[in-house]
Amino acid sequence: MSVLLIAEHNNKELKPFTLNATTAASQIDNDVHAVIIGHNCDEAAKALSGIPLIKKVIQVEAAHYENFVAENFAPVILKLAENYSHIISSANTFGKNLMPRIAAALDTSQISDIIKVIAPDTFLRPIYAGNAFATVKSKDVKKCVTIRPTSFDSCESSGGSAPIEKADPVEEFVKTKFIKREEVKSDRPELGTARVVVSGGRGMQSGDNFKLITSLADKLNAAIGASRAAVDAGYISNDHQVGQTGKVVVPDLYIAVGISGAIQHLAGMKESKVIVAINKDGEAPIFSVADYGLEADLFEAVPQFLEELNKLNTIQK
Amino acid sequence: MKILVAVKRVIDYNVQIRVKDDNSGVVTDNVKMSTNPPDDNAIEEAVKIKEAGKAAEVIAVSIGEEKAQETVRKALAVGADRGILVKSDGVIEPLAVSKLLQKIVEKEKPDLVFMGKQAIDDDCNQTGQMLSALLNWPQATFASKIEIKDGKLEVTREIDEGLETIEINIPAIVTCDLRLNEPRYASLPNIMKAKKKPIELLNASDLGVDINPRIEQVKVEEPPKRKAGIKVSSVAELVQKLKNEAKVI
Repeated sequence: MSVLLIAEHNNKELKPFTLNATTAASQIDNDVHAVIIGHNCDEAAKALSGIPLIKKVIQVEAAHYENFVAENFAPVILKLAENYSHIISSANTFGKNLMPRIAAALDTSQISDIIKVIAPDTFLRPIYAGNAFATVKSKDVKKCVTIRPTSFDSCESSGGSAPIEKADPVEEFVKTKFIKREEVKSDRPELGTARVVVSGGRGMQSGDNFKLITSLADKLNAAIGASRAAVDAGYISNDHQVGQTGKVVVPDLYIAVGISGAIQHLAGMKESKVIVAINKDGEAPIFSVADYGLEADLFEAVPQFLEELNKLNTIQK
Repeated sequence: MKILVAVKRVIDYNVQIRVKDDNSGVVTDNVKMSTNPPDDNAIEEAVKIKEAGKAAEVIAVSIGEEKAQETVRKALAVGADRGILVKSDGVIEPLAVSKLLQKIVEKEKPDLVFMGKQAIDDDCNQTGQMLSALLNWPQATFASKIEIKDGKLEVTREIDEGLETIEINIPAIVTCDLRLNEPRYASLPNIMKAKKKPIELLNASDLGVDINPRIEQVKVEEPPKRKAGIKVSSVAELVQKLKNEAKVI
């Protein structure tokens, strides 16, 4: 049977992780169908149909789908579910919010946040903040699976021409009303997909000092991350949090500045290709995962870092 | 208004996790156990609402082995009025937990159910949403701010893009983020008082729901280890290594 992928989008464009989720879906079964639920989302639906791995697109439109309310989305998926063996989405806040509602209604025990497809019913997933990996096998007839986007490559996004079928919307769930979304707009690369991430922790001591992180990120064309401690202290907004309950990032280069390296932070970054830690406490746990550790006062080291970078002829973008 | 708060007993967040030699799971013997951290936020929020005069009763419920009573007792020590322990040994998946909680909700008829957004042991992030689906109630997941407004809740949610605000009708489910509030510590007098608060003991097997695992845990392994790194002595050396050795800048 086919796999149903729930596309994530903003009604105009697909969110980049949809491409990673498509890769994961295609590793379960070749016959990947994608459902897009939204309002005035033709452009995004078209983009979805252009993904070569997707064989069919199902588009469901209504005004009450504009803001991705899970209570409205789940019944749409349930109506389609009987034709599919698996329902797949990303394990980001979109998929985490939505998939369990679908799974419970299907009486399926969901498998969250997989990092590898071993067989159509068997998956690898991290538990205990990534301190252990569990191989799990679903005994349910239908499988509801969320995938960790950074553990799957993004697939080719153009060249395909899957047919787009329209399906009827389901009545609105009136007990939940969307009010507003405050998105932090930025010209920087997205934290989840950036090649370089520069993160600050409690060692930054203030929100104002985060401008050191910003300068370094500017220089390296990097996204800005933060430890939970820095977010809790109000130095920077929550969308920058890297860790067990924040974002999981796997950049080529991760630079941790003034971050001690709590277990829950390591869970979000320790798969990065190259890790740099700058911390004045030589015993900080962050050094145990760092490829290059610099034991130094960040307020001296970061300005020096900028100077050294300025001396280079070229910096990779 | 009545608030039911679900709390889970997990390995303490500071404990270094060790995988069992036979790959059947992680070591839990003689390991410090605590309340799942965001469940502490859930209890705190419920107690604050009660203290503000907007709730009459806060009930803490846990599902798990006999020892999970300690977790319920801790919730009582920070202000919950009474507790329920649904005893169940062995693995219990979020789907089963949400079915058991549904039974408790049908019995207790709370107006709100709070719990942490995710348990730090299995990292599933499912139970609240599943319970919400089973009850056909609205859900507010990853809540970092809750305001009660005549029969409704206005909830700010932490999402990947930033913050989202929704309004949901009561009865509702809220899963709590760590930034919702600052959980209080139990004072010694309150710990003593909590010993006198009632905890109702139920058996999961008596509640008439299928709680058999649907997922077979084939094996649990240690994650691949990173190879040891080096300490550099200066920023200049660091930049040189990043440029010429790691080739990432």
